[in-house]
Amino acid sequence: MVMGDMETYTELLIIGSGPAGYSAAFRGAELGIEVTMVDPALLPGGNYLHSHCIPAKNLFHLTQTLKQAKQAAAKGLNFTSPAIDLTAIKAWRDQVIQATAANLITMAKKHGVQLIRGLAKFEDSTTVRLTGAEISRIRFKYCIVATGARPIALADFPFSADSRIMSTAAALHLTEIPSTLLVVGGGPTGIEIGSLYATFGSRVTLAEKSKQLLPGVDRDLVAPVEKRLAQLFTDIKLNTQVAISQEFFNEVEVTFKTGSTSSKHRFDRILVAVGLAATTDSLGLEQIDITVDGRGFIPIDKSQKTSGKNIFAVGDITGQPMLAHKAIRAGRVAAEVIAGRTAIFDVQATPIIIYTDPQICWCGLSERQAAENSIPYTTQKYSWKNSAHAQAMDTTDGFTKLLVDPENNRILGAGICGSGSESLIAEAALAIEMGALAEDLALTLHPHPTTSATYEATAELFKKTPAHT
Amino acid sequence: MTTPFFLPDLGEGVHEAEILAVPIIVGQDIVEGDIILEIETDKAAVEIPSPFTGTVSEILVQVDDMSVVGDVLVQFSMESTSTKSTQVEKTDKRKRVVPASPSTRRLARELGVDLHEIVPSAPGAVITKDDIQTFAADHSKATEPLEPEQKKSTPERKIAIPTTLPDFNQWGPTERLPFRSIRRATAARMSRSWTMIPHVHCQDVVDITLLEAFRQKHKDAVQSTGGRLTLTVFALKAVATALKNFPHFNSSLDLENQEIIVKQYFHIGVAVDSPKGLTVPVIFDVDRKSIKELSQEVHGAIQRVRAGKQTREEMQGGTFTITNAGALGGNTFSAIINHPEVAILGLGQGRMQATVVSEDRGRQEHKIVPRLIMPIVLCFDHRVVDGGDAIRFLRTIIDSLEDPDELLMTMI
Repeated sequence: MVMGDMETYTELLIIGSGPAGYSAAFRGAELGIEVTMVDPALLPGGNYLHSHCIPAKNLFHLTQTLKQAKQAAAKGLNFTSPAIDLTAIKAWRDQVIQATAANLITMAKKHGVQLIRGLAKFEDSTTVRLTGAEISRIRFKYCIVATGARPIALADFPFSADSRIMSTAAALHLTEIPSTLLVVGGGPTGIEIGSLYATFGSRVTLAEKSKQLLPGVDRDLVAPVEKRLAQLFTDIKLNTQVAISQEFFNEVEVTFKTGSTSSKHRFDRILVAVGLAATTDSLGLEQIDITVDGRGFIPIDKSQKTSGKNIFAVGDITGQPMLAHKAIRAGRVAAEVIAGRTAIFDVQATPIIIYTDPQICWCGLSERQAAENSIPYTTQKYSWKNSAHAQAMDTTDGFTKLLVDPENNRILGAGICGSGSESLIAEAALAIEMGALAEDLALTLHPHPTTSATYEATAELFKKTPAHT
Repeated sequence: MTTPFFLPDLGEGVHEAEILAVPIIVGQDIVEGDIILEIETDKAAVEIPSPFTGTVSEILVQVDDMSVVGDVLVQFSMESTSTKSTQVEKTDKRKRVVPASPSTRRLARELGVDLHEIVPSAPGAVITKDDIQTFAADHSKATEPLEPEQKKSTPERKIAIPTTLPDFNQWGPTERLPFRSIRRATAARMSRSWTMIPHVHCQDVVDITLLEAFRQKHKDAVQSTGGRLTLTVFALKAVATALKNFPHFNSSLDLENQEIIVKQYFHIGVAVDSPKGLTVPVIFDVDRKSIKELSQEVHGAIQRVRAGKQTREEMQGGTFTITNAGALGGNTFSAIINHPEVAILGLGQGRMQATVVSEDRGRQEHKIVPRLIMPIVLCFDHRVVDGGDAIRFLRTIIDSLEDPDELLMTMI
């Protein structure tokens, strides 16, 4: 059947159905806005649900179990060596993803949000053309762009299915556990996924072009992770550029260039984790005259507004930090602004978690930011060696750190390195958002034995005579 | 070097404006003439071009803010670094985080309170919701004029003072919508008119059967010239004629000087129901324009208002107002005078009605015939004119509208 030029009108069009898009859609609908959400993917949820965060966290959970089983042997609890069934793991992963996507569809129905599958491209500031959809054109009053970001490939080797050169998304499909894996990129994603493969049994080499792993993160937080990675990975090559020479049917040849020396190596598979690029190329932004920065990301103001009057942008498309929780809030802010409310993105402490072993997380002011912006602070650290609970969890290399305003000990930032710290960081976020003093944290009763008690202990250190010394 | 951009003088009587859109971001390079802000006064929406070429270093307003003439809205940095340090100090103070919980910060945003302006209960203490509410209450008291004379000149402030309302949520869900721009301006004007002016309403009907036939006959020709021949156009002409015969209806009352100001020009406002609310563009020199010209002008003005493109100039200077509820299906109604004018004419929808017509064929004969009957209402300020004048004034208009020949013959 040949379809005519079907056109529809919506008050608020949202392009992209990841956390940024769907949170904007649901909040908008709650406020009485008529919403249509467009995404080329079969199911809503975006990269967050389908190819990045959720799959990665599923696998992380499994590797933690593996690690704990190994550690238990030293404490008198022995397991037989694990059998890894990749098909079953995939089925479990798919089931989690599909249940979450189904829930999003239900939520969309409940909120009266119309979901349309298709690729949207701007024709002008009130119209998009859709490809791959029955409806060929949508006119809108407001638009929220939430198309996210996607992994950058290495020169001359674009990502393709079945290639041995994998994007993060392909790597998280875990089609096999290669005996050797090269990870290109020493940022959070490279280290996280490299660690997964290493724990499953791959011999992992990591190459990073700068002089350190996790550039941009406070060095003290990275130190315990670096120590463990030195054991977990076969090799870590810093100051190293990687060029792919050739892909064979069962391996890939690469050239490492460190300073003036270069050498050729072969790996079963390669994971390219050199960063994310804005998904703006297919949007036709040039048609609506929206300001885009040098790397394709869309600059926004505090109300998530772009330089276009009726166009908003939320989520990864607006640049770093690329985090689902930030995107969710940004989506809500945009919807509220469109509904006429006085909303802005005024988060003071965005929690950031890196799923290394042990996990690194922080929120609010970091020492690096303080140094860059000449913000005065004082800091105290509490080593997890002193925590009985951390000893039981084999994570005594961890620590809790607080940054406070030297004038009044108001908490400005917190950083933790240690197992399970991803569940601890929200407390620091609340403390910062509420304007709490170190004293408030010290006077809040924390349960023992838990690693959360290390907050109380760290806060005590700001007193002249701390309780634990 | 940074250069501040102030909210410019927006013309007579306009002291404040609402920020509608901020199409720029910090760090953006601006060339003189680029649109940097879109604002709305109670009269019109205006795009503001930049008077400078430079880089936006700070944006001090956001959408929905109300700004007063002279407020600094945007800071531009010009190419020079000599005064950078003082600027940094300034912005640092503003950027310094004021300790307050997220819900307190939201309350501050909703009440338009800048957290940086609040003095906490103790140095360095967390700002609470109470602090915000106290500040907002003190602030609105402080700006409330004390002199009764001044109060009259800025009655908008009066409306902004919150009155105690029950918590409506106890009876069911509610939603809070902003009360601003045209809506707020309308509220202020209507309250002022209604409380100041002793209104009298004079109701009647007009038999527009002949006029409608005349309109049908000519409307296509007018349409081909880009106009719309509506009843409002004839009413404009009829009113202009009546105003010339009864100049007091074309006046304003100057209480301060105890004088009636009679205007010798005939600029008539036409009430337009726009998506943003009631707007009254003014058609200038109605007496000197042809029906065809008026058809084009009224149509053009309505189009501009509906698109939000009306200019400030065409929203002021009116001497009388016509409101035509007929197109929407309205029948009889009363209207509120558009102060400082002294009268307003309302038109309802013409409907076929059984009418008794008298004919003199040697003897008086009465017949009941279907005629197109339109309700008409004149609302006038009884301080300036009396009922007798009003009836004579209204009669002149009715006579003109009942007979297009009469309209043409009596047109001054």
